[in-house]
Amino acid sequence: MVANFGFGVMLLTFLVTLYGIGAAIYGAVRNRAAWVESARATTLLIFPLITLVVLIMEYLLVTGDYQVEFVYNVTSSSMPVYLKLTALWGGQAGSLVFWSWLLSAFISSVALRKWDRDREFLPWVIVAALVTVAFFLGMSLFFENPFSRFWQLPSGKEVSLMFAPLGALPISPADGRGLNPLLRHPGMIIHPPMLYLGFVSFVIPFAFAFAALVTGRTDDRWIRLTRRWTLIAWLFLSLGLVLGSRWAYDVLGWGGYWGWDPVEIAAFMPWLSGTAFLHSVMIQEKRGLFKRWNMILVILTYCLVIFGTFLTRSGVLSSVHAFAQSAIGPLFFAFIGVTFLVSLGLLLHRWNALGSNGDITSLLSRESLFLFNNLLFMGILVICFWGVVYPLISELFTGQKATVGPPWYEMWTGPMFGLLLLLMGIAPLSAWGHSTLKTLGRGIWKPFLVSLLVLVFVYLSGITTIVALLAFWLCAFTFTITIFEYGRAVWARHRATQENLFVSLWHLAGRNRRRYGGFIIHLGVVLMALGVIGIEMFQTETQGTIAQGQSLSVSNYTVTYTDFAEFETADGRDVARAVVAVTKNGQPMGNLYPRRDFYIESQQPMTIPGLSSTAEDDLYVVLVDWNPISSQGATFKVYHNPLVFWLWIGGIVFILGTMVASWPDRDPEIEKVRVGARAALRAQN
Amino acid sequence: MQDEPFEMVVGTLMKSRHYVLAVLLAFVLLAVGAVMGQAQTKPLPSDDEVNAVAKELYCPVCENIPLDVCPTQACAQWRELIREKLAAGWNKDQIKNYFKDQYGIRVLGQPPLEGLNWLVYLLPPVFFLGGVFLVYRALSYRKPVAKAGAAANGAPAAVDPYLKRVEEELNKRK
Repeated sequence: MVANFGFGVMLLTFLVTLYGIGAAIYGAVRNRAAWVESARATTLLIFPLITLVVLIMEYLLVTGDYQVEFVYNVTSSSMPVYLKLTALWGGQAGSLVFWSWLLSAFISSVALRKWDRDREFLPWVIVAALVTVAFFLGMSLFFENPFSRFWQLPSGKEVSLMFAPLGALPISPADGRGLNPLLRHPGMIIHPPMLYLGFVSFVIPFAFAFAALVTGRTDDRWIRLTRRWTLIAWLFLSLGLVLGSRWAYDVLGWGGYWGWDPVEIAAFMPWLSGTAFLHSVMIQEKRGLFKRWNMILVILTYCLVIFGTFLTRSGVLSSVHAFAQSAIGPLFFAFIGVTFLVSLGLLLHRWNALGSNGDITSLLSRESLFLFNNLLFMGILVICFWGVVYPLISELFTGQKATVGPPWYEMWTGPMFGLLLLLMGIAPLSAWGHSTLKTLGRGIWKPFLVSLLVLVFVYLSGITTIVALLAFWLCAFTFTITIFEYGRAVWARHRATQENLFVSLWHLAGRNRRRYGGFIIHLGVVLMALGVIGIEMFQTETQGTIAQGQSLSVSNYTVTYTDFAEFETADGRDVARAVVAVTKNGQPMGNLYPRRDFYIESQQPMTIPGLSSTAEDDLYVVLVDWNPISSQGATFKVYHNPLVFWLWIGGIVFILGTMVASWPDRDPEIEKVRVGARAALRAQN
Repeated sequence: MQDEPFEMVVGTLMKSRHYVLAVLLAFVLLAVGAVMGQAQTKPLPSDDEVNAVAKELYCPVCENIPLDVCPTQACAQWRELIREKLAAGWNKDQIKNYFKDQYGIRVLGQPPLEGLNWLVYLLPPVFFLGGVFLVYRALSYRKPVAKAGAAANGAPAAVDPYLKRVEEELNKRK
């Protein structure tokens, strides 16, 4: 009954969405404002309708209606309530509805803004956004129905359908299969929502770009309108990637954070094109250049978002993320193809109108350096894309599926990431329009000297490989330049206003959030790079089977197996937990508790490492669960991961910087009044 | 005539030849036992040595998972196979080639440089060079700024004051 109601609401939402698309197109083509307004009202209606669908699904999940196939697949009676709620995105069917719900929230927000000045955009923004919603709702309705139930046919065969076939009886299993143990980690609870938020919010800039192409408004109005949306999308996507990396580090048990898994790359690709887009739009705003390039980037980002969802959902490439194979692959492929071709067609139609308003006048100008920046981002994107699709191509043409693993990706992307680090430091120093080696040199020479000192220090600490020295130097150089730039501006303001330095820092960031938020983001990236260099270039590991009282050593750490316990938990896990005592350079560092959790109902094991983390390094101890684990002997794998702590700290700084950059600026009128009032008060006193 | 010493020794030996044979046999058995014992006490390759090879191989069944961290029973057996090969004196490349011959190129972390796989290594630099060419074209059309007109810090050209006012008014209505 409840499932039927949920399906009915979903069907109604789909029909309302189709109406909205039709009304918007009709209103735009026939110039009927009432129809466009009706379409806008539709977008406001869709969000509460899908919210109702989501609430119904959550009700079924929490109450454990196992006749519903989706509920059976992702929950069980032993799961706590919070996990039952988050199981909404723990499976294919729920994920698709969740995607639609998040997108409808963003579309409603866009619909609520003031459209007086941009009326011509409105219908086409609605069309682009609602077509995307309709696609995902259609897949939920016709292919991955979250309300399908189990039935037993008169022949005895069991099927999963929305409505009961003739003569069929309902089947209600006593319990569900439970959520995949990998998805029960807190990181996996928040990672998919963040990633999906990033994906869906990139639909908005695309919708505005689409509207600009259709209406011929090829000035930079659509960019100014979507600037904040793009930053928000990028924020969530970045957060999703960082959280996913942390989840991989905590749960997958191979001591790493990024495995160049195809589905990781699928989420990384729109981030790459989105980052290039974020930088490139500044050039269009300031200098009227790169209009075509920006259109290409936003179309590419949208297509990569759908492509990324396609890779994750269709199972076309098996990876740790792929939950199941399904029939929706061809549909996704067709949707990507159609949207790409339509967008490309519009772009070519407006090609001449998208010509630049000016020219690049200097090789070292900021726009020039941003062009190099975009080249590098696109280069990494092409490499990622090629590495993901080549296994399919090799299987298609040779019958053998090649593996394109981390060594290949690192070989090609490493140098490009290095060049990006360098540009990150230099580009903010260059001027719009014109820069020379002399003007750049003035801003660089002091940070350069400081970075050389850091390089000497690193060399004297024992690091002698050229690649590592170069990598550390790049980090030091970019970090120092960024700090110098920020510090110079803070000092100048402090001297002019006599404010406290921290107050100057705060006010400076507040006056130009985009610029100084960008500096903070760059600092975050450098810190993350430091963590990556540490773990990628200096990780060491050891594995061995030891009995209680015996030890393993890696780097300057010794790990001694001291105790073992085995017990069952109330939520249906059989836990084998080891206690290991850690010493570093002979000094005791405390105990770690690596364990193996065996989920009885799903018959799946999961290893949780014991982790000791400091700014200098991490010690990561994991039980090797394919060997026997007991007090007589257990196999441990121990990783020493230098500097990886900075990867996470850098991630936090990165996210904070993005929040600063995307925070709305103060209304200039109100600011004028405020400044005037302060001046008047000072005069009185 | 007295017997020569040599003939005396040989004669003694011939008389006690059974005892001599027994001693020689014991010697041989001891020697063989020592050699075999030495072979048996030679340590098997450690987990680290096995993982150093397994790291560069991928599970032929579960995709994109390196062999050193794959939890399946099949992968455990393949790791033991690596151990045996190492113990038999095989080097890393020989073991990788063995797995490649048995299970196909998918077990290798990077496609080998043969046949269609050349595309994996050729296309990235080709695309990148294509991008470099496009950037070069974009920059080669640049018009250098006349020295008299360029400010020291490259400030953009002055904006028409009327347009500036219009933009300010429009921004108020945002």
